[in-house]
Amino acid sequence: MKFVDEYRDSGLARDLARAIRDEISEDRDYRLMEFCGGHTHAIFRYGVQDLMPENLRFVHGPGCPVCVLPMARIDQAIAMATEHQVTLCTYGDLMRVPASERQSLLKAKAAGADIRMVYSTQDALRLAREDAARQVVFFAIGFETTTPPTAVALKAARAEGLRNFSVFCNHVLTPPALRAILGSGSGNGQGGDAGSTYSGNGSDDERVQIDGILGPSHVSTVIGSDAYAFVAKDHGIPLVIAGFEPLDVMQSALMLVRLINQGKSDLQNQYSRAVSPEGNTKAQALMRETLAPRDTFEWRGLGWLPNSALRVADAYADWDAERRFPVTAGPSREIKGCECPKVLRGLMEPTDCKLFGTVCSPENPMGACMVSSEGACAAYWSYGRSRQPSRPISQP
Amino acid sequence: MCLAIPAQVLDIDSATDMASVSLDGVRKDISLALVENVQIGDYVLVHVGYALNRISPEEAEETLRLMRSFSEFTENPPGQPATSRATAAIAAETTTGETDGPQR
Ligand code: SF4
Ligand code: SF4
Repeated sequence: MKFVDEYRDSGLARDLARAIRDEISEDRDYRLMEFCGGHTHAIFRYGVQDLMPENLRFVHGPGCPVCVLPMARIDQAIAMATEHQVTLCTYGDLMRVPASERQSLLKAKAAGADIRMVYSTQDALRLAREDAARQVVFFAIGFETTTPPTAVALKAARAEGLRNFSVFCNHVLTPPALRAILGSGSGNGQGGDAGSTYSGNGSDDERVQIDGILGPSHVSTVIGSDAYAFVAKDHGIPLVIAGFEPLDVMQSALMLVRLINQGKSDLQNQYSRAVSPEGNTKAQALMRETLAPRDTFEWRGLGWLPNSALRVADAYADWDAERRFPVTAGPSREIKGCECPKVLRGLMEPTDCKLFGTVCSPENPMGACMVSSEGACAAYWSYGRSRQPSRPISQP
Repeated sequence: MCLAIPAQVLDIDSATDMASVSLDGVRKDISLALVENVQIGDYVLVHVGYALNRISPEEAEETLRLMRSFSEFTENPPGQPATSRATAAIAAETTTGETDGPQR
């Protein structure tokens, strides 16, 4: 397919791999964090890590909205469907994510709750239009990529006076998450051997070094590459906005290697065919109109982060499921032994989790990282089990 | 979950702001509510039923040209004059940039 196949050319991949080997310096490590699960998926699916020199390591970040959604939010959605008898609809990715008490949307549905899978917010609107007697709640989740379609749905619902439609908003923002990962004031401003340390909400000994970051691709089509300028400026770490095809990832790795070698913490855009510095301003305006920042929101693995998520704006309060169908939700209780929080912060590899491949597999996921095909655990399971264990991430 | 796929616009219904696109050979209806000035024949990135953005064919070609130039560059013996514009750009960057990396 045009704009896909060209970026999967194995001959070019070999050349890019050679160019990376040529430029890499033997006496240092290159730890490149991919924020996005889309990159994690590409790296595993196409064996990109195996083409890299020993001292270049990809560190998997938290970049999948399914993986970072805390259990409590799924518990709340299930409660809306069961206590208020609404029709709850959501994207397929969420159906099997474990909730408390070994629940999931899929199990709640099997037990009689009206829970549907939709492909688009347009399908959710259609369900509401078809039956005015039914309350339809769209369980909205996703980073900035998936947020604008929710905004369009809210606008349409208000314009049509669609009173039986509402949104349970769980949209989260990537820049605050990156800030949290990088910690405040870390980095030495010059790349170099110190890289950056981050500890998230963890203790001081829970740190991993990052020398460069592969920045979100489709998120950036919406918010623009400029949204990540702070990474280079405030944290002294180079960031390259990288497309999701294997050659995109490799070219971005090469761009990062060069920046690291030069001690430059710049922002560069490899994915210029789809990403502009300012992003999609029409989508941004729609988001601003219909949604508002939350003071704080819980992220699996990163804890409570200020200004890191969106809720339905006051002007659209009538279409806010949280106001219309209040439910009490207990604290998240993750499954014992699941190491998702550490995996999401790059502190642990999935294969180090005791549950990996024994009780936890994509057919029977114990944690969210095993559910989405972009989760690190699922990627290791599907493509990485035969690989040699990679070198441990070197600690400062 | 935010993987978006490139698709070509085959038909536009401006009354509903919808378009018919070819997604990997399959015809599909998507919304154009998030993009402006899309024309028939354009490529757009499609995500959960919406066009998110247009793809720039010029930028796509430039990226590919840069990638291809690595093979030219690595096949060129050192000191050989670079051939294409992109190769020249990379050659310049490579020779002016510090390639040894900072000392540990
Ligand atoms: S683009 Fe979005 S969903 Fe896709 S991997 Fe990145 S963060 Fe995850
Ligand atoms: S293997 Fe399963 S239990 Fe372990 S961290 Fe991954 S998702 Fe959690």
